[in-house]
Amino acid sequence: MTDTTTAAAIPSEKPRNQWWDVWDQFKTHKGAMAGLVFFVFIILAVYLGPLLWTIDPTHIDIRARNTGPSLAHPLGADQLGRDMLARMLQGGQVSISVGLTAMALSLVLGTFIGVLAGYWKGLDGLLMRFTDLFLALPLLPLLLVIIMLFRDPLRSVFGLETGIFILIVFVIGITSWMQAARIVRGDVLALKEREYVLAARSIGTSSGKIVVRHILPNIMSPIMVSATLGIANAIITESALSFLGLGFPPDYPTWGRLLFDAKDFIQQYPERVIWPGLAISLTVLAVNYIGDGLRDALDPRIRGR
Amino acid sequence: MLHFTIRRLILSVPTLLFISLVIFLLLDLAPGDPMASIPLTVPPEVKEKMREALGLGEPVHIRFLNWLYQFFVVEPQVAFDHIFGTDFSEGKQRIISFQSRSPVMSVVAERMPQTLWVVGLSYVFATLIAVPIGIFSAYRQYSWFDQLGTFISMVGFSIPTFFSGVLLIVVFSVILGWFPSIYDTTHTITDWGSFWFQVKQMAMPVFVLTLYNAAQVSRFMRASMLDNLNQDYVRTARAKGLSERVVVLVHVLRNSMIPVVTVIALGVPNIFGGAIITEQVFQVNGLGQMLISAIYASDAPMVQTLTFIFAVLIVLFNLIADILYGILDPRIRYD
Repeated sequence: MTDTTTAAAIPSEKPRNQWWDVWDQFKTHKGAMAGLVFFVFIILAVYLGPLLWTIDPTHIDIRARNTGPSLAHPLGADQLGRDMLARMLQGGQVSISVGLTAMALSLVLGTFIGVLAGYWKGLDGLLMRFTDLFLALPLLPLLLVIIMLFRDPLRSVFGLETGIFILIVFVIGITSWMQAARIVRGDVLALKEREYVLAARSIGTSSGKIVVRHILPNIMSPIMVSATLGIANAIITESALSFLGLGFPPDYPTWGRLLFDAKDFIQQYPERVIWPGLAISLTVLAVNYIGDGLRDALDPRIRGR
Repeated sequence: MLHFTIRRLILSVPTLLFISLVIFLLLDLAPGDPMASIPLTVPPEVKEKMREALGLGEPVHIRFLNWLYQFFVVEPQVAFDHIFGTDFSEGKQRIISFQSRSPVMSVVAERMPQTLWVVGLSYVFATLIAVPIGIFSAYRQYSWFDQLGTFISMVGFSIPTFFSGVLLIVVFSVILGWFPSIYDTTHTITDWGSFWFQVKQMAMPVFVLTLYNAAQVSRFMRASMLDNLNQDYVRTARAKGLSERVVVLVHVLRNSMIPVVTVIALGVPNIFGGAIITEQVFQVNGLGQMLISAIYASDAPMVQTLTFIFAVLIVLFNLIADILYGILDPRIRYD
């Protein structure tokens, strides 16, 4: 790949932040750019959309029941006459929020465990066995059992919607941190032998400071790639749970729940299945493309070619 | 290698024991009551008796040990008796489902064929399709075939099976009416007509799972081929004057298959998990659907046993993947 070495321009301007190089490389990946544009669009739509499209997603307009697309209801209305567009926006808000929060939780957990295991030798064996144990758990059945179990107690403590939101984010978070932990541990193991870490230690920097100042910034790239995969995974898991009827309650739309509700009317109104399904698939596709582009952009072997 | 295998096998015992304990304790916490469907007219002391008859009267650790004994001693004995006609398991208590009052393992044995047919067939198809696609995509990197292949695999990988399944039902059952949307498990094959019906009803669930698995395997295959195509040994092979066919299909392919084989092995237990959803979409009454209904009915023995079987599969295939890696790749030495 290095057959023709194009004369690299000698940097004469002031040094750029490396993230600008990453961004330059990222921009050349067409799929990733399309994914980014779509993902930003979806986020804006679901968070700002309800401000523009002000129909209440729980408002029952019984006369519009089961109608197709019209000016009043661009995506039609469901079996109770609730506006599908409003429900899609609200559902998207929940699905995306679950995706982002669960991803954040699993990343924090995974990074924490990975750094502990990689940096402190004494903890390594124990924590990695623990990770292996989690990897051996049959996750989907366990998720279902846990949700069945804690749905009602949490609902009574935090209220119907917040309770189930916390529960779903929590269970997805604690069952998806393992990959990130393994990757982070591997990188930390390599990084802590580097000279600059040795230098930092020799001037008396404490372990905590070394981790925060010198190690964490250098493992940002694998963390960011896991983050995109984490969002996609969390959105799919939440939708799958809702689809199996064990996610959010019926009057609280999420994309998975809308798909589940529409499944019973599939013979008569197939378009109601298509919208939420398409939203889930396109969002996940966009996020996966972003992940692909990020992986390429963050790989120094590819960057700058 | 043998050392490694034995050590890993021994290590997997505490892992599995711990997992079964976790599942057991979780289920024990469950608020669901198997007595919930008993009429209210039944007096409480009778209910208490029934509860004891289900084995719920004992403390937790006794029940857990009981389950372990039943799963690891009684059930294998039953299977042994069934095969050889002996009677080791005479009069011993088997794991009984709360729902159906029949032994869990016989229900599992009943449901297993459906799941294995649909899931297994799709996995075989997925591998057969994905490997050639991956090879060709990598060999002609950035060609239109590669662009299309990577796009399709990205899409197949991103569309959740519960949507692709529903989409297929809409198109092929509702609009075109080619395939039945519900899987008929009682269907038996007697002649060509019924065989054709079986093929038709299996087409959609198998296709959905095939698309999903093929997408993942072909991505791996392509990446692994790309890693190998630029290696020095490939240049050497070409310089020796070997035909392109031999270089790619013998030298490169054999080396690129190493990680792919392990990925395929690692994916086997996952597909049972994925099948839970697909079975729900197409109403195949296999293991996955049984699990869901058992969870709804708070049928603890059934959920416990099934989840544990899934865990055993995961641990087993992890081990198989590691051993395969060691056998296929001489650079990997575990000892």
